[in-house]
Amino acid sequence: MGKTLYEKLWDSHVVRELPDGTCLVYIDRQLVHEVTSPQAFAGVRARKRGLWRPDANLAVADHNVPTKDRALGISDPTSRVQIETLGSNCRDFGVSLFSMDDVRQGIVHVVGPEQGATLPGMTIVCGDSHTSTHGAFGALAYGIGTSEVEQVMATQCLLQKRSRTMRIRLEGTMPAGVEAKDMALAVIGKIGTAGGTGYAIEFAGNAVRALSMEGRMTLCNMAIEGGARAGLVGVDETTISYLAGRPFAPSGALWEQAVQAWRGCVTDPDAMFDREWVIDVSTLAPQVTFGTSPEMVVPIDGCVPDPTRESDPARREALTAALTYMDLRPGIAMVDVPIDVVFIGSCTNARIEDLRAAAGVIAGRKIAPGVRRALVVPGSGLVKRAAESEGLDRLFKEAGFEWRDPGCSMCLAMNADRLEAGERCASTSNRNFEGRQGAGGRTHLVSPQMAAAAAIAGHFVDIRRPY
Amino acid sequence: MQRFEKETGLVLPLDRLNVDTDAIIPKQFLKAVGRTGFGANLFDNWRYLDRGEPGQETTRTPNPDFVLNKPRYKGASILLARANFGCGSSREHAPWALIEYGIRAIVAPSFADIFYQNSLKNGLLPVVLPEDTVDRLFQAVEAEVGYALTIDLRTGQVLAHDQEIGTFSIDPFRQECLLNGLDDIGWTLRHEAEIRAYEARRRREAPWLFGPEGSRV
Ligand code: SF4
Repeated sequence: MGKTLYEKLWDSHVVRELPDGTCLVYIDRQLVHEVTSPQAFAGVRARKRGLWRPDANLAVADHNVPTKDRALGISDPTSRVQIETLGSNCRDFGVSLFSMDDVRQGIVHVVGPEQGATLPGMTIVCGDSHTSTHGAFGALAYGIGTSEVEQVMATQCLLQKRSRTMRIRLEGTMPAGVEAKDMALAVIGKIGTAGGTGYAIEFAGNAVRALSMEGRMTLCNMAIEGGARAGLVGVDETTISYLAGRPFAPSGALWEQAVQAWRGCVTDPDAMFDREWVIDVSTLAPQVTFGTSPEMVVPIDGCVPDPTRESDPARREALTAALTYMDLRPGIAMVDVPIDVVFIGSCTNARIEDLRAAAGVIAGRKIAPGVRRALVVPGSGLVKRAAESEGLDRLFKEAGFEWRDPGCSMCLAMNADRLEAGERCASTSNRNFEGRQGAGGRTHLVSPQMAAAAAIAGHFVDIRRPY
Repeated sequence: MQRFEKETGLVLPLDRLNVDTDAIIPKQFLKAVGRTGFGANLFDNWRYLDRGEPGQETTRTPNPDFVLNKPRYKGASILLARANFGCGSSREHAPWALIEYGIRAIVAPSFADIFYQNSLKNGLLPVVLPEDTVDRLFQAVEAEVGYALTIDLRTGQVLAHDQEIGTFSIDPFRQECLLNGLDDIGWTLRHEAEIRAYEARRRREAPWLFGPEGSRV
């Protein structure tokens, strides 16, 4: 019987297997950022052994960095210490770092693929749950905790157990106005935030094949919101042409050799999955979350659900609590929900294609008077530069958006970009948890087009119709 | 890592589905560069009525309605939780905060993967029990002030009033590590030669992953 892509990736990285199935797994690449690495570097330092393979690590500061007035430095002293600590650790241990003034700096999950540091067939880890993003390249990529970051630094390996395999086939042609983000939200709405727990999810089907690498990254990025540590898409021509010429990708004869190997990074036709889903996307509507968990999602033409209709008591209670926090009454149409803030950014949706999609719906219009802030935060300095060369920054600025420097920004609000209590935000990020974008802030997850349209209208709109 | 063998302790019930790591330890406390100092900010947004900032000196106003602040649960070492506990961000600060607060084991119907692993690596025991058993436990805790559980890692038993109320399993390797307080790095470094051999083979098969000897990335 054939193997799934996950099984191929796993089997080719097992250094040793223990009787209970726990495996010592080799890690090809570790991406490092300032928040989850200081304690790991400190641990390595205490062991007095150095890094096993400094060249396998690539570091960038993203979570805490300011997104404006960078020349003034970092005003928050604790953030500054953390970013400086990353700098000194990278210097001490010989790890490549893109510092804040480097045009290559950006969100770690945007930077890795952009640089070609994310390659098919690799095992890739990072102390960040959205490492699942890199699975879009046919790599086994997942988030780890700080103890594991330290272990990879010290041993280039992790002790883990094999995941179960799930395939989600997305079939059909996506309607206009519907994006990879909507696919991701619809999948989570269907399987639930714990639906993928214990699984590695492979996304397949003709709708996935039709996606660009950017779209596939959006989809895999959100695999973790469905409970799966890893998302995967098999390698095809789209993958290979994206990688050609990237700074860290191989070139010349090595490129030819690599491409040949990468073509094998697909699931065999006769392979079996532990679980399969098929979702028809040909009638998919743009999605919007209404609650405090990504699974609390409805189509844009839907309404806020009524908790009294929920039969399971724990779920009913969770729903009631979510609606209280979100200050939404059951039965309200999503298109009638007004918004205060718009955030276009994050490792889910801050790549060039996302910015183009968002800019495309603005069409010379201005943000609604009721919208207090609208931020566009490119995923990296290179995305920012590309967008500027296409004139997208002008489109955004003329409409009333702020055009910022790259970083995680209001996705998690560790820097100065955050919601005030009670503010309601249309956000292209990935988590709508309580307080995620600022204490008391209310997050609705949407696609870049939906976020931009909401900024123009001042409330959510069905972008499939004129508004 | 702290060893875990058997724990008897007061049970703290947290009756919420999908408790995420942002809720366990909010992001403003992740700016620290050390592993300690997180306990006071465990569940910060729910626990206090005022907003907390790192390094805050002023006294906070506890939220009297939040279960952690109820006197009857003071000193609890076992957290009783609902499904998908620990979902969201990979921050290991979540188990660090729980441990520092005094939690040694968490009983829930299911855990998010990364949180589960992070807990094991810090000597915090995640115990998976069936949903209906967890339901009954929530009722029992509510009904009896001072309700305590005993969790025995060696036998995989959960006991209340000396009666077994459920059993759980855990990977034998992880059980060994917990019982002996062994960490993964120490274990892995005993297999250094095997890792080198794997690496040499991989360098031949997929040389583009390594770049020229000694080069950066
Ligand atoms: S953009 Fe958001 S989700 Fe992505 S790495 Fe940064 S904080 Fe995490």
